[in-house]
Amino acid sequence: MTAAAPLRVAVIGSGPAAMYTVEHLLAASANLSIDVFERLFAPYGLVRYGVAPDHQKIKGVTRAFEPLLHDPRVRLFAAVDVGRDLALDDLARRCHAVVAAAGARADRRMGVPGEDLPGSLPATAFVAWYNGHPDFTGLAIDLQRESAVVVGVGNVAIDVARILVLTPDELRRTDMPAYAIEALEASRIREVHILGRRGPAQAAFTAPELKELTTLAGAALRIDPAEAALDPASAAEVERSPDRTLARKVQLIQEIAAAPVPCRPRTIHLRFCVSPLELLPGPDGAVAAVRAVRNRLVASPAGGIAAEPTGEEETILAGLVFRSVGYRGLPIPGLPFDERLGVIPNRAGRVIDPASGAPLPGRYVAGWLKRGPTGVIGTNKPDAAETVRCLLEDADAGCLPAPADPDPASVEALLRARGVQWLDCSDWQRIDELERAAGAREGRPRVKFTSLAAVLEALGRAAPAP
Amino acid sequence: MKLAEVLATKGTGVACIAADAPVSAAIAELAARNIGALVALDAAGAVAGILSERDIVRALAAGRPLDRLAVADLMTPGVICGRLDDDLEAVLAAMTDGHFRHLPVVDGSTLVGLVTTADLAQALLRSLAGRLVTLELRLEAEIDESGVGR
Ligand SMILES: Cc1cc2nc3c(=O)[nH]c(=O)nc-3n(C[C@H](O)[C@H](O)[C@H](O)COP(=O)(O)OP(=O)(O)OC[C@H]3O[C@@H](n4cnc5c(N)ncnc54)[C@H](O)[C@@H]3O)c2cc1C
Repeated sequence: MTAAAPLRVAVIGSGPAAMYTVEHLLAASANLSIDVFERLFAPYGLVRYGVAPDHQKIKGVTRAFEPLLHDPRVRLFAAVDVGRDLALDDLARRCHAVVAAAGARADRRMGVPGEDLPGSLPATAFVAWYNGHPDFTGLAIDLQRESAVVVGVGNVAIDVARILVLTPDELRRTDMPAYAIEALEASRIREVHILGRRGPAQAAFTAPELKELTTLAGAALRIDPAEAALDPASAAEVERSPDRTLARKVQLIQEIAAAPVPCRPRTIHLRFCVSPLELLPGPDGAVAAVRAVRNRLVASPAGGIAAEPTGEEETILAGLVFRSVGYRGLPIPGLPFDERLGVIPNRAGRVIDPASGAPLPGRYVAGWLKRGPTGVIGTNKPDAAETVRCLLEDADAGCLPAPADPDPASVEALLRARGVQWLDCSDWQRIDELERAAGAREGRPRVKFTSLAAVLEALGRAAPAP
Repeated sequence: MKLAEVLATKGTGVACIAADAPVSAAIAELAARNIGALVALDAAGAVAGILSERDIVRALAAGRPLDRLAVADLMTPGVICGRLDDDLEAVLAAMTDGHFRHLPVVDGSTLVGLVTTADLAQALLRSLAGRLVTLELRLEAEIDESGVGR
């Protein structure tokens, strides 16, 4: 009897969703071979390029992912973009199943006039810049302004505000690239206003992240007690919510609002029930202020609480505006895309034809590209488990298309033929060691490479022909 | 978490039926799709009501002549619709309090999906499980760092 050929699975992306997909696949079956394709030279997605550089413990979750990439059944193809270097069909020819776990790297817009003025940028770009994302090292950001506005009240908005006010001492303990540390050290920002459309009970940030803003060496957190008070509908919502962390968060907001504001060189103003209406330019053409309106909260028909403008306006001076109103997935050529939700249309992780609703055999999706850009790192674990369950059910049922070219060596052959210079797991291990060693010399967690060219040089490889 | 996230993994499309269609057509549709409710649309394509299996059971129990009735005769009219950015927990609480199990979801005036209390409960469970995994990861990182257990 001949052994059955291994199940070949291609995973697009190497963030948490991809890594949990790999983990669940490996745990479920011994006879498989997984190829992970990552467009950047380094794996782990937003853990490396999103999670704040002063939150090294959270970045440390990659320790749980590392052994997966070293498993003999797994191969990493880093610096390979599916869509640019390989087509989806190239993967489908070589694998029984393709799992798209490419995340959500575009940003949502506020939809207000002036959004595209110089000085107004998506939080996505700023976050990528301070994390040394190779696509964002050249971001134009003028930190010589004195006031900034962050629109949105999720944890990303809190990250952005906090990073803007870190002291040189705090900055030097991070793995931020030197260009970002230098720019932030020289920053003249004094005031940061975080604007929430709705009230304290609807804010998406979590309590520990808020509390951290009260412990910063160089900045004080100020909340207006009137804005921290709950309207009756929100109070009822908090009261009946089984999630006690909500009540705790509201209590924390009110405690901060009631406490005296410590004297620090910089101030973060956390605002509620305020929406931007328009970004106003200064004489140099760059954004200079935000015209905003105060909202009242009204119960929406289905039980939610919505913001409704009161007409009462104010102008907030702001030389920088960061919109942190959400991320959006980008389509992967060859797979359908739902523009409204910004995800690949799917049922429990099986990619479906949007017109007929029928599953597309052998196509799966996991993570932010599956359910939208919400949830913490761990949310991707049950999410990926669901996708893998569908995939393995389909494999058992014989529903996966047989690949024309299942020989694993054919992937390398194709990349070579196309002149794609990819990095494998041992390359990544070497990069990781070099980054950590460079960090150790400066008393920092690591010093990141920020370009593929520099990585290839450090590995003693020639850069691919342009 | 918003309703958009619940819809994202449910697949597109909502099972709909014209409000003036015969109830027999609705029953056939419910059976064929193995679902519990249909969204009834008026002639303009707007949401007119919801016809659930309960409405049909109730009519049967009352001895009403199903073969001579239209969807509009049995459906619950004037249904509440959710919006893509409504918060899951608040909606789930409202559905539980109001004893309705199906909620059409609209984007502006376009019907984009239908969620059930079971969908919402499952999504909530997944979100809580995710928070738990993250807390565990952080705890493990703390333990690694402090050297406890070594
Ligand atoms: C700024 C920010 C801070 C956050 N902080 C925290 C935190 O502190 N704690 C927490 O628990 N969660 C945090 N999160 C949430 C967490 O990062 C996400 O839940 C998680 O990263 C989503 O996983 P994913 O795998 O779906 O996407 P991603 O992490 O985005 O991974 C997608 C990967 O796919 C790759 N890719 C994209 N397109 C292609 C392509 N065409 N070909 C090949 N590869 C491709 C990308 O380069 C990327 O590596 C944060 C998120 C953001 C945005």
